[in-house]
Amino acid sequence: MRNTLATCLLSVVPVLATARTFTLDGIAARPVRVEVDVHRGLPNFTIVGLPDAAVREARERVRAALVNCGFEFPLRRIVVNLAPASLRKAGPGMDLAIAAALLCAAGELEWEGLARVALVGELALDGSTRPVQGALAMAEAARESGAEAIVLPAENGAEAALVEGVGVVAIETLGQLPGLVTGEWDPPRPEPLPLRLDTAPGAPDLADLRGQPHLRHALEVAAAGSHSLLMVGPPGAGKSLAASRLPSILPPLAPSEALEVARIASSCGRLGGELPADRPFRAPHHTVSAVGLVGGAKTLGLGELTRAHRGVLFLDELCEFKRDALEALRAPLESGEVSIARASGQRSLPCRFMLVAAANPCPCGRGETDPDCTCAPFDVQRYQGKLSGALADRIDILAAVRQPSAAEIGGAPGEPSAAVRERVCAARERQEFRLGPGRCNAEMTPAEARACKLSAEAGVLLADLYARQRLSGRAHDRALRLAQTIADLAGVEEIGEEQMAQALQLRRRDHG
Amino acid sequence: MAEGACIECLRRSWLLASLGPYVEKIATGEVGRRSPELLRLSNEELVEIAAPKVAAQLLGRIAALSEERLVEELLLADCWACCRHGELYPDSLRDAADAPWALIGRGNPALLDGLEPYEAVTIVGARRATAYGREIARELGRELASAGMVVVSGLAFGIDGCAHRGALDAGRTIAVLGCGPDIAYPASHRSLWRRICETGLVLSEFPPGATPWRWTFPARNRIMAALAGMTIVVEAASRSGSLITTDLAADLGRDLGAVPGPVTSRASAGPNALLAGGACVIRDAQDVLDAMLGPGHKQIQQPTPTLDPNLEAALTAVESGHSSCDAVATATGLTAPTAAAALARLELLGYLTCSSLGTYSRTLRQKKI
Repeated sequence: MRNTLATCLLSVVPVLATARTFTLDGIAARPVRVEVDVHRGLPNFTIVGLPDAAVREARERVRAALVNCGFEFPLRRIVVNLAPASLRKAGPGMDLAIAAALLCAAGELEWEGLARVALVGELALDGSTRPVQGALAMAEAARESGAEAIVLPAENGAEAALVEGVGVVAIETLGQLPGLVTGEWDPPRPEPLPLRLDTAPGAPDLADLRGQPHLRHALEVAAAGSHSLLMVGPPGAGKSLAASRLPSILPPLAPSEALEVARIASSCGRLGGELPADRPFRAPHHTVSAVGLVGGAKTLGLGELTRAHRGVLFLDELCEFKRDALEALRAPLESGEVSIARASGQRSLPCRFMLVAAANPCPCGRGETDPDCTCAPFDVQRYQGKLSGALADRIDILAAVRQPSAAEIGGAPGEPSAAVRERVCAARERQEFRLGPGRCNAEMTPAEARACKLSAEAGVLLADLYARQRLSGRAHDRALRLAQTIADLAGVEEIGEEQMAQALQLRRRDHG
Repeated sequence: MAEGACIECLRRSWLLASLGPYVEKIATGEVGRRSPELLRLSNEELVEIAAPKVAAQLLGRIAALSEERLVEELLLADCWACCRHGELYPDSLRDAADAPWALIGRGNPALLDGLEPYEAVTIVGARRATAYGREIARELGRELASAGMVVVSGLAFGIDGCAHRGALDAGRTIAVLGCGPDIAYPASHRSLWRRICETGLVLSEFPPGATPWRWTFPARNRIMAALAGMTIVVEAASRSGSLITTDLAADLGRDLGAVPGPVTSRASAGPNALLAGGACVIRDAQDVLDAMLGPGHKQIQQPTPTLDPNLEAALTAVESGHSSCDAVATATGLTAPTAAAALARLELLGYLTCSSLGTYSRTLRQKKI
């Protein structure tokens, strides 16, 4: 009798519910539709639609969370389908959507608007929500897919609130859902993450670099035009120190750039308490693989290049990097994006960064001119051959770094980052005025480079070198770009002889 | 222009080419030293010694070569010839008993016209030369050529190539080959060979298309030794082919010069030994001119530039061992940009060279006054 009643009741409650959620793919969020079907039959809970292990385990988390929040888990045959079925779903971020759709399908929650909101979040066994990766991208995707609001864990609220034009609801536990549906609980929109405008206190400062005027000058020019830089010098001379100070003299991120950086940071994990104004600094170890640099491991994860987007990629011990890893850098350096093609699909990820590399002058590190250098001439030749082969045509500036003298190390601290950054920013402004917003001298096309205004003396100097050393066209344009940056730093309209001479000194040598 | 050579002398050249592999066999061991001796022999004697079995055949084939055919072959290879009976043949070569009968040339014959020994300098040295040797060879080549001398060398790797390159920058040069003058040997010196064909002269006693043999290099060394009034060894190991050239030059009564090097350097063992034996010390082109023409007879035109004080300071800093821009800036007290600009200018003016690692070193090019 009781069985019959149950059967009758069952026929009136809905058996199918759909909810929207997202899965992260690189830095983009792909929409996923969660369909839950609750039927008579042996109690069972199946998830289909190319779920990865984390998605499949949602069964256990959802079951425990529902029960612990006081809902009844339907003892029926439950099938969860994740559409589109051809897309691989990864990560635990679909727990909340599955739970909500299951509640609706089982008739425990009457939520007509379920299909109009997107739900994202991982569930703990007690029903509380845990933050997900890529909340920023998901909120953007929710807006684009026309969802009214996105419901996500409280920790992701501030991040998602950066996206205008879509409702953001931050919930702490699954138990808040009924209140939200009935309208008893109307949470305010979370405050968006604040954008910090200046450098974080305690960040590395260029003042730590004492003496070494040439290195400072090379850093400043590199930063001003976003030119790639190679530092060659003995170990301990300050190459890594100099490189790590670069973000502090680069112009602060513009709000739109900060958002791009935040989207990438959000896809790799959670953002901190504020949007960073500092540019990212990535220094992958030299044992990194090509996939580690470019990205596109099994789940199309992000590589170091993408993580360095709008920032600095520092390759210490350039000669120790694997050849294929360095080769993989070429195309992204040129185009500003990485294209990854895998069986699971093709992705383009942004990677506009400044390349900074460091190397020792010879295998033992002391340099050939040092009397203590123990390297055989052949080894030195091979090592330097590697150096000139490795990405050399992508390097603009070569700085020879030497061991600072005792007087320099003990001397007064150098000019602080803030003062250098001011000059760099002024130079960048001039470049943007000339080339267009967001562009810098390193990106000048050959035609733009040759259109640089040169004084007569500077032209003679360049032509002289061009004729005498048989420069390649590329080296010629590189010298022009560098000279333009130096002129921008100096605040002059026309590249003078002095600026051209400096550029010719800073440029990387093609041979010999 | 084959009118410059008589048919007998031309046939001799073709005979030598066809004897290549046979002479190679009998000239083993002290390869080099014997080949000039062998070349002293008449056609018949030479064929009898080198290829007794096919002697008659070879001589018959050579005798059958018609003048028209040889002239045509020369023209096809863009070469010309002169012989010991001709006007063009340099007198200096007539001194030697083993002088080549005919010379096959490619390039400008005017270089040979009336060439006196005191107008030519032979620069020889190791193929595996150090940076020091290369620099010196290039500078000697350049300065001697600019002083009007003809620089003679052998187009080989190392010292030879550098001497030619230096000379091409400033004046005249002759490359003497151990193969046909239409063959660039070594092949990687093809572009250098082409430049010499265009503005200088490539000479050989072998006909166009003749391949090089080990014995042909000592053979061409005797031409190099005879052509010039002085033979200079820049760098050579203690047993080097370059020393064959100096022996031959000494036999002809030509002057010998050697560039001193570190006593610990294997590459300088040859010239240092020559110096110990009384060769002229060659430090620069002026030493060569003084030795050949008498002291002070001809001065190398040294530009006496006056340098900007900044450049002067930077140059002094590099000379005293500061090799990076950073070190120069610190040593001179100039700002980094000024120091960088000064170094770039000095490099352009030829006072300094910069390595691929960004370290500067002083060149010989401009002597500081």
